[in-house]
Amino acid sequence: MAIPVKVIEIKWFAAYREAAGVATETARTDAATAAELFVEMQRKHPALASFSAALLAINDEMADWNRTLQDGDEVLFFPPVAGG
Amino acid sequence: MINSATQGFWLADSAIDATAFREQLGDESCGACVIFEGRVRNHNEGRAVLRLAYEAHAPMALKEGAMILQEATQRFAISKAAAVHRQGELALTEAAVVVGVASAHRDAAFQACRYIIDEIKHRLPIWKKEYYADGTAEWVNCRQCAAPHAHGETPG
Repeated sequence: MAIPVKVIEIKWFAAYREAAGVATETARTDAATAAELFVEMQRKHPALASFSAALLAINDEMADWNRTLQDGDEVLFFPPVAGG
Repeated sequence: MINSATQGFWLADSAIDATAFREQLGDESCGACVIFEGRVRNHNEGRAVLRLAYEAHAPMALKEGAMILQEATQRFAISKAAAVHRQGELALTEAAVVVGVASAHRDAAFQACRYIIDEIKHRLPIWKKEYYADGTAEWVNCRQCAAPHAHGETPG
């Protein structure tokens, strides 16, 4: 059975944005979770390979790395925050 | 306790107007007003800092900031709470964040102010980049994120 391909909007922030070289991109992926998507993107952007995954939001809500991705989700990858 | 605190959190692209910030905390029932300013410092972890840049994810930062202020008004006997965080480029001595609390008595204002700034630092989706005197730059709290070429000394 073919796994349906999902279209996911990705936003990178701060150190991640600089490493990815783009602030936003669209991924066509069969990644089941955000964690899988992050690994997939590390292969696409080798500069991200040494980065540890930090925080994650889906559709502007903080989310768990094991959350199942839905077609059309917007996934935001956040490095560790540093306000103040 | 329930109280009808006036509160606001926002992001600022330019210098924070300290007078206007303080005026919004005026309240006849309040005998205490505590204001904390987090300022841009010329050193961090032994390195000379020249300037900073903040990047925020505004939609979530605004929501989280408002949530933190709401929590403070629920936890402490305060009447008003407000906070503003800068984004973009900042020079030394500029205020990066300002937190203000007004309450009937000082203890609650000090405690609430401390709570708000601590939560802002831990939870707000904002990132700080430091530019150093040696010409390098680094995202704070993100040492493991540093690109290997940033300092030219990391072995292969």
